[in-house]
Amino acid sequence: MSGIHVSTTINGDAVEYVCRPGEVLLDVLRDRLGLTGAKEGCGTGDCGACSVTLDGRLVCSCLVLGAEAEGREVNTVEGLADGNTLHPLQTNFIKHAALQCGICTPGFLVASKVLLDRNPNPTETEIRYALAGNLCRCTGYDKIVRAVQSSAKQLAKDATKMKAKAERKKNKSKTKKKRA
Amino acid sequence: MRYEAPTTTKDAVALLHKAKGNAFVLAGGTDLLVRMKSDLVEADVLIDIKRIPSMQTITSTGGAFRIGSSVCGAEMGENKALVKAWPGVVEAANLIGSDQIQGRCTMAGNLCNASPAADSVPALVAARAKVVIVGPKGRRTLPVEKVVTGPGTTSLKKGEIVESISLPKSQAKSADAYLRFIPRTEMDIAVCSAGVNLTIGARGVIKKARVVLGAVAPTVVVVPAAARAMVGSKLDEATLAKVAKACEAACSPIDDKRGTIEFRTEVAGVMAKRAAKIAYQRAGGK
Ligand code: FES
Ligand code: FES
Repeated sequence: MSGIHVSTTINGDAVEYVCRPGEVLLDVLRDRLGLTGAKEGCGTGDCGACSVTLDGRLVCSCLVLGAEAEGREVNTVEGLADGNTLHPLQTNFIKHAALQCGICTPGFLVASKVLLDRNPNPTETEIRYALAGNLCRCTGYDKIVRAVQSSAKQLAKDATKMKAKAERKKNKSKTKKKRA
Repeated sequence: MRYEAPTTTKDAVALLHKAKGNAFVLAGGTDLLVRMKSDLVEADVLIDIKRIPSMQTITSTGGAFRIGSSVCGAEMGENKALVKAWPGVVEAANLIGSDQIQGRCTMAGNLCNASPAADSVPALVAARAKVVIVGPKGRRTLPVEKVVTGPGTTSLKKGEIVESISLPKSQAKSADAYLRFIPRTEMDIAVCSAGVNLTIGARGVIKKARVVLGAVAPTVVVVPAAARAMVGSKLDEATLAKVAKACEAACSPIDDKRGTIEFRTEVAGVMAKRAAKIAYQRAGGK
C-alpha cells in the first residue's frame, strides 16, 4: 500500500508526514506526530474527544483523513497554551475541577475555544448547545459550563485591560508629541 | 485503497467513472467514514470533492442560490442572505449532528446517503430545490425528490456526482420551516419530521403551500392534500386539524427502536402543523 505525502500546518508549524490513504487525522496526530492531546473516545464522530480545528472549523479528527490535511491548517489542544502559560480555559477547567479522568478535556477545550472566539459572551444555553458534541462520562457538565463561563469573563477582563493599556500608551505618546 | 482529490468536476467524474471496484465520493465524510470504519462498506477509491472550487461555494444570482455539494452545514448557517431567504432549509441542515459534524457534513451528502430520516431533504423538497448532477454524459438537473429512490439508494448512475443544489429565488411574503421530533433536545436522528414552504397574500391568507414529511416512508412524502387544506386559510384550528389528518393519511412508516407506526403517524401531523405555523409567522402572517 502506497503512502501519501502530506504537507500541512499544525499549531502554526509546518509539518510533513506520510500516511496511508484511509488513515484518519486523529491517528496521524497521535501515532505519527506524537501529538496525543486529541483522544479517541468513539472513532465515529459521537463523543468529540478528538476535536481539532481544520482551517478554523471545529471537526472530529476521527472523521477526517490524514490526507485531507494537505495544505490546510490544523490546530490541536497542544497549541492552546502559550509556552508554559496555560490558556484561561485551561486554568479555569482546573480551578472549577471540570475534569476527572481527562479523556474528554482536550476536546472540550478545543470546542470551547472555538465558541469563545466566535461568541465571547455566550449564554449558558449557547454553551450547552456548542458543547453538545462533546461527551463526558465523569465530571458532569455543570462544572464544565462554569469553567467556560469564567473563562469568558476572564478573557473579557483581559481584553479590557489590554485596551486600557494600549489607550494609556497612545495618550502618553500624544502628550510627548505635544511637549515636543 | 486509493485517495484522490481532484480539482475539477470533470476530473472527479472521470475518476469515478473509470474506477475499478467500489468508488465513493467523499464530501464531509460524516456518514461515509463511519460506514467504512464499521466495515459496512469497503472502499477501493475515495474521491474527495472538497478541492473543487465550484463545489466549495455558495453563490447567489438574482435571489436564487447555488450551494456547492461540498459546502458544510456550518457555512450555510453563516451565510446571512441564505438564512434570510431559506430559513427552513438552513435550520434543517444545521440540525444535523454537533458543531463538529456541522464543520464537515453537507446537504448533498445528506441527500445521497439516502436515509429516510435525512433532515435536509424534506426542507429541500418543500423549497422546490433542484440538484445539478454531472456524469460522463454531461450535466442534468433533477428535482430533489427524484434523487432518492429508497433507503440507501439513489437514481444516480455510475460516474455521476451531485455538483450543486439550487434553491429558487424566495418569493415575497414566503417562508419555509422545518421541524423534527427526537426524544431529546439535540444530537439525534429524526423519528419523523416535516418541512413546510408557503406564500401568503392579502390579509395573511395562504396562497401557496408545500408540505413534505420525512422518516415516515422509504423516501420523503409530499402531501398535496395538506397543502390544499392550507390554501385560502389563515391557519385557523380547523385548517390545522385538516393538515394533520392529511399528513397522517400520507404516512407509511416502519416500527423500529425510534418509534412505532402509530407514534410516527400522529407526530408527523403535529410536526407539520407546528412547522406550518412557524413558516406562516416568518412569511409575515399573524
Ligand atoms: S473519537 Fe472522534 S468523535 Fe469520538
Ligand atoms: S473527565 Fe472523564 S470523560 Fe470527561
